[in-house]
Amino acid sequence: MNKAATIWEVFIQSKNGLPHKHVGNVHAEDKEMALQNARDLYTRRNEGSCIWVVKSEHIVSSVPEDEESFFDPANDKVYRHPTFYDLPDGAKHI
Amino acid sequence: MKNDIFSINLQKHNYLNMQEEIFQDKINAEKKIEPKDWMPDGYRSHLIRQISQHAHSEIIGMQPEGNWITRAPSLRAKMILLAKVQDEAGHGLYLYSACETLGVTRDELNKQLHEGKAKYSSIFNYPTLSWADMGAIGWLVDGAAIVNQVSLQKTSYGPYSRGMIKICKEESFHQRQGYEIMAHMANGTKEQKEMAQDALNRFWWPSIMMFGPQDSDSPRTGNAMKWKIKRKTNDELRQNFIDKTVAQAELIGLKIPDPDLKWNEERGSYDFGEIDWEEFWNVVNGNGPCNEQRLEHHKKAHTEGEWVREAAKAYAKKQTHNE
Amino acid sequence: MQDLEKYILRIADSSLILSHRLSEWCSKGPSLEEDIALSNISLDLLGQANSLLEYCGKINGTKTADDLAFKRGEREFFNFQICEQENGHFGDTIARQFLFDSFTLLFFKKLSESKDEILSAIALKSIKEINYHLRHSSNWVLRLGDGTATSKEKIQNSFNKIWKYTGEFFEMDQLDLKMLDLKIGVNNNQLKKEWDIIVNDTLKKAKLNRPEDGFMMTGSKNGIHTELLGKILSEMQYIPRAYPDAKW
Repeated sequence: MNKAATIWEVFIQSKNGLPHKHVGNVHAEDKEMALQNARDLYTRRNEGSCIWVVKSEHIVSSVPEDEESFFDPANDKVYRHPTFYDLPDGAKHI
Repeated sequence: MKNDIFSINLQKHNYLNMQEEIFQDKINAEKKIEPKDWMPDGYRSHLIRQISQHAHSEIIGMQPEGNWITRAPSLRAKMILLAKVQDEAGHGLYLYSACETLGVTRDELNKQLHEGKAKYSSIFNYPTLSWADMGAIGWLVDGAAIVNQVSLQKTSYGPYSRGMIKICKEESFHQRQGYEIMAHMANGTKEQKEMAQDALNRFWWPSIMMFGPQDSDSPRTGNAMKWKIKRKTNDELRQNFIDKTVAQAELIGLKIPDPDLKWNEERGSYDFGEIDWEEFWNVVNGNGPCNEQRLEHHKKAHTEGEWVREAAKAYAKKQTHNE
Repeated sequence: MQDLEKYILRIADSSLILSHRLSEWCSKGPSLEEDIALSNISLDLLGQANSLLEYCGKINGTKTADDLAFKRGEREFFNFQICEQENGHFGDTIARQFLFDSFTLLFFKKLSESKDEILSAIALKSIKEINYHLRHSSNWVLRLGDGTATSKEKIQNSFNKIWKYTGEFFEMDQLDLKMLDLKIGVNNNQLKKEWDIIVNDTLKKAKLNRPEDGFMMTGSKNGIHTELLGKILSEMQYIPRAYPDAKW
C-alpha cells in the first residue's frame, strides 16, 4: 500500500461576504478528516466562517513558462481600465 | 560528433547561467520565488535544509514543554501551556507544508530526522526541570526564535515567507506567557524566585547559542544572504536578542548569568561573554542531555501511529470505491 | 457540602480528568494533525471544567476553581471512572471518547433546560463543542472499525474492555433525584435509550459488535475510583501541594 498521506489544499473564508483564501495544506485520507484537520489547524483563533478543502492533485496551475503568453497580452488593453477615458470636466457620478 | 556534444553542453551551460542571472535579478528586486519558478539546486537544497530544520525544531520542541502540561500548577496555566504546545504542532505543520512545495514529502523529512540526517534546534536537548523552565522557554527560547522569525518574514521563498508571517502572528503570545510566568515567580516566594533564577541560569547560554555559530564560522551564510533566504546574520540576530532581553531581566529582578555583560555606549549594544562553542558542537552532534530521548519519543509516536494511519487510508479507499 | 455544589463537581470532574488524559497525548499522536485535534478536545473540556469549578467556587464562597482542582483528594473527586482510564493506544482513547461524547451530548442538551441559569448557559456553550467532539470520535470509530483487519480487532477490543465503565452514565442516586425534582438536574436514566441508538448506529456502520451490557463498574458518585485516579492527581496536583503558599 502506498504509505504517503494524501495532501489537501485549504481555503478559508474569514467571514461571510469575503472570498475564500488559500492558507496552506493538511494531510488527510478522507474528506471529513481533511475538513476537521483544516478546522483544527487553520481556525484555532476564530479565523473562519467557511472552509474548503481540495485534494492537491486536483489543482490545475499555470506554469511560469506560461507567464508571458498568459498575462502579458493584457498589458496593452488599457481601454479595460476606467482611467483610459477622457471625460468632460465637471462630469459627476460616472 | 565530439564537437556537437561540446556545443550542446556549452549551450546548456549558457542557458543555466542565464537562468541563474534572471533568478538573481528577481531576488535583488525583492521579488518572491514561488514553487514552480526556476531556482538553482543549491537554493532548493538550502531551503529544504533550513525549513525542515525549523519544522523539526517546532515538533521536537513540543516535548520539553509537553513534559509539564500534566503538572501545570493552575487551570489557567494548563490551558495556556496546552494551547501553546498545540500551536507548535501547528507551526511545524505550516513549515512542513512549505517544505513540501520544494518537492520533498513529510515522510521523507521524518525519515531524515529519524536517521539523524536532519537537525533540529539544540536547545530542545536540554531537560525541563522545574515549572520555571516553562517561563524560561517562553521568554528566552521563543524570544530568540521570534527575533529570527521576524527577519525571516522577508525571506525570498514565497511559501516560507507566508508561513513565517502566520507563525509570527501566532507566536506573539508565546513569549509573553513565558515572561509572565518568570515575572510572577521572580516576585513570588523565596523558592519561586530561586527556581526562576535557576531556570534563567540554565537556559541563558543555550538560548543565545540558538542563533548558530559566529558569522566567521558559518560557511553557508554567504549564499543564504545572497539569495535572501536569510535576511540577517547569526551575530546580528544574537546581538538584537541580547539587547532586547537584558532590560526585561532587570525589570523583574533576575540576573543574567554572564559576568562580562556590559553596555557598550559606542556600539549602542551590549558586549557579552565568550560562548562555549565546545558545548554547542557537542549538543549539535548528539551529546546533549536529551538528544536520544527526544528522538526516541518522536520515533515511538510515529511507529505506534502507523496502524492508525493505515486504517484511515484503507477506510478512505473503501469509501471512494463505494462512491 | 451543598447538594448543588456536589452535583456540579460531578460534571466538572469528568471534564477535568478526561481533559487531563487527553493532554497526555500531546506530542504522541498518530499524526501531527491528530495531535492538534486531541489537544483541541482537551482544551474544550478544560474550559468546561473551569467554568463549572468557578461556579462551584462561587456557591461554596471560600474556594477558587484552582482550590477545587488542585486541593481535593481522591475520595473527593466525583468524575465517572471511564474518564480516568488510561489512554492505551489510539483506539482505546477513541472508544473511551466516543462513548463519553455520545453521553455528554445528550446530558448537556438536557442540562441546558435546567432552571439554574448558569448551568444552563455552560451547557449551551458546551453542546457546540461536544457536537464537534462526537463528530471527530465517531468518524474515527468508523475508520478504525472499517479500516484494516488490525484496526478492527484493536478497536473492537477497546470497546469490549471499556464497556463496563458505561453503566455509571445512567445511574441516579438520591442527590440526582433531588436535583431532578428541583428542575436543576437531568434524568440520566432516561438518556440511555437515545444513547443506545447513537452508539448502536455508529458501531453498526463501523461493522463492530456492541458488547453486552453485563457487569458494570460503579462508585464514582461517592468518590470511589479505580487506582488510576490517585496517580493522575498526584501528578496534576504536585506543584500546588508542594508549594502551598505560592501563587502561579
